[in-house]
Amino acid sequence: MATGTAACRSFAIAGTGAIRPPPPARRGTLGWLRANLFATPLDGAVTLALAAAIAWLAPKALAWAVLDAVWWAPDGRACRDAAGACWAVITEKHRLILFGTYPYAEQWRGALVVLLFVAMLAASAGPWLAARAKLWGWAATALAILVLMLGGVPGLEPVGTHLWGGLPLTIVIFIGTVAGGMPLAVLLALARQSELPILRALAVGVIEVVRGLPLLAVLFVASLIFPLFVPVELQIDKLLRAEIGMIIFFGAYAAEIVRGGLQAVAAGQREAAAALGLGYWPRTRLVVLPQALATVVPPLLGDVIRAFKNTTYVAILGLFDVLGATKVALDDPAWSRHAAEAYLFIFLLYLVFCLAFSRWGMAVERRLARRRRG
Amino acid sequence: MTGRTPPWRSAGVRATAYQLAVVAVLIGVAAWMTDTARHAMQERGIASGFDFLLDRAGFAIGHAFFAFSPDESYLRAFVVGVGNTLVVAAASLVAASLLGLAVGLARLSGNWLLARIAGLYVELFRNTPMLVQIVFWYTLCTLMPAPRQAWSLFDLAFASNRGLLLPWPERAGVFAVAGCLVVLGAGLVPPLYRWVDRLRRRGRRPRAVGGLALAALLAPAVLWWAAAGFPTAWSVPRLRGFNFAGGLALSPEFLALFLGLSCYIAAFVAEIVRAGILSVGRGQIEAAETIGLARGDLYRKVVFPQAMRVIVPPLAAQYISLVKNSSLGVAIGYPDLFSVTNTVLTLSGNTIEAIAIMALVYLTLALAIGFLADLANRAVRIRER
Repeated sequence: MATGTAACRSFAIAGTGAIRPPPPARRGTLGWLRANLFATPLDGAVTLALAAAIAWLAPKALAWAVLDAVWWAPDGRACRDAAGACWAVITEKHRLILFGTYPYAEQWRGALVVLLFVAMLAASAGPWLAARAKLWGWAATALAILVLMLGGVPGLEPVGTHLWGGLPLTIVIFIGTVAGGMPLAVLLALARQSELPILRALAVGVIEVVRGLPLLAVLFVASLIFPLFVPVELQIDKLLRAEIGMIIFFGAYAAEIVRGGLQAVAAGQREAAAALGLGYWPRTRLVVLPQALATVVPPLLGDVIRAFKNTTYVAILGLFDVLGATKVALDDPAWSRHAAEAYLFIFLLYLVFCLAFSRWGMAVERRLARRRRG
Repeated sequence: MTGRTPPWRSAGVRATAYQLAVVAVLIGVAAWMTDTARHAMQERGIASGFDFLLDRAGFAIGHAFFAFSPDESYLRAFVVGVGNTLVVAAASLVAASLLGLAVGLARLSGNWLLARIAGLYVELFRNTPMLVQIVFWYTLCTLMPAPRQAWSLFDLAFASNRGLLLPWPERAGVFAVAGCLVVLGAGLVPPLYRWVDRLRRRGRRPRAVGGLALAALLAPAVLWWAAAGFPTAWSVPRLRGFNFAGGLALSPEFLALFLGLSCYIAAFVAEIVRAGILSVGRGQIEAAETIGLARGDLYRKVVFPQAMRVIVPPLAAQYISLVKNSSLGVAIGYPDLFSVTNTVLTLSGNTIEAIAIMALVYLTLALAIGFLADLANRAVRIRER
């Protein structure tokens, strides 16, 4: 052993030190607590502070929302002296909030629309339907929803669009936005990638201007300026004008996502299709688009969720979607003091739908990742 | 015998023809629509053009940060609207960034409880419409007690159904400039650190670097404050009769829009920050730890520069979205650009001109943020050597 020479120093521990304790256990309840809640003194302090805040807030929240809450008060008087929430505003006004000014006797049609939408959403969330089946299913659902809402066929009373409201109206606007916006997005993206300079310039102009404006401004242009530019005979109704604004806004945003997908398709794919003698449209439809769209499904679903949230903007135009109908319900002086409870209710309503969409998006992302790994 | 390709089968000719057709149709539709609009305007007796801007506005703008009387012009109303939009957007932008950064880091924390609460925040605020949130905040603001029963903090700040009242420097202008100078000072910090790094590479050991950085950050602002004569007077809100006087008054409309914009955008910023930090390879951090980099240096030199490349582009998109969505103030009566435009076009009848001005301002703001983001992007991109 050459411990003494400077040329060869050893860093090994020599001799026997005190026996050190084993490292703290990382398994078991105690180990988990130590690793995840009390890893350092600061961590412990944060945990204790948060736990204290929760212990202080939770009983108050529970008392307000459940124990002291009033669930039933036909004229709102029982709510006046209540210490807790007044959920009676929902029990009393739920028909107005959920269906707006749709004729009371016909509101079962609105309920059926919501059911159809939720059922179709659930059916297309899983892997059990082919893409083509989903597409046809949605087309059939959209048609059924339109027929149910409009009526005018034997057995269904016709109902004008000015009477539509509540959740069914939100769903109609949402489906219309996506159904009209997706083709527009694809066309705009193709035009922006096209070799024709004028077409390309037009697409760039539309996309950039619309993306630079607030949705509210686009909706105002569609509903206030558009009517000035067309003669009286060609005027279309308020709902349709709002829908056009929503479609253009969605289309401009989704076009940029689709463009990303188009750029991800290898040039060889296009060239191979051209070499086989396929023209522009068959080539695009059969080779380019299927690959381009498959890669951008997750970000597109992000835009779809935003489109659902953006349906609330039509309330500002004076349409009675869920938010607009809730505002109308709260105009009743007997209930206007309980606006917070009503808004909390629709907050939860939107939350349920958007969470469902976002979970669906995550599932799609996982499935795509698995397929890419092969 | 080889026949020549007839012109209608040549790709070039066809492309030109298609494009000419599109242009012709667009020009035709535009001409027809303009003609219709001109007739409609003439029938209603509305003079087109921008002359109306100098007419007397005849409406008041309440709860504003900028004074406006009905005797002033439409043009001045637009200026006030733009000012209000800028104030609420700037305040929300700062708040959303800080809150988003905090929530994003909290979601990555090893503390299970903290990470869960941050996750809950993101899910709640990201998955509900911003407009519903704004209206909800506004409802909460109006449910606050009346000024006489206002909640107070040491009798300095008050919260009531008239909004929030805060103590405010008498000479706020001095402090506003000082704030800008702090931003300028922040620009001095990175060169300072680069200089310190150069010294260290030469084997020198500069001391008190942190103090020096703090001095660089604050020196311009403090100098300016000293030049202004150390103004320290504060205006504190006091209850006079049924309302408050003095201090800075933030109306319920401003608060609701500010809270709605900040909380909603913060949820998205949190996700962007989280994705940015997660994008830095585990190996990078382990390598930095192996060569013995201190915790602060690890974040400053390894994690932050690489995360910023992922963070900047989507963050800019969120900032643009924030500015555009400040137009939702119209739903609760905050007099922002959109809501002023709405009033102007109703009163003057010059719908097209008013909307054109509004669109131009929003486009300019979006372009300006895009330009700044581009500069930031260039500063943080990978420099190939």
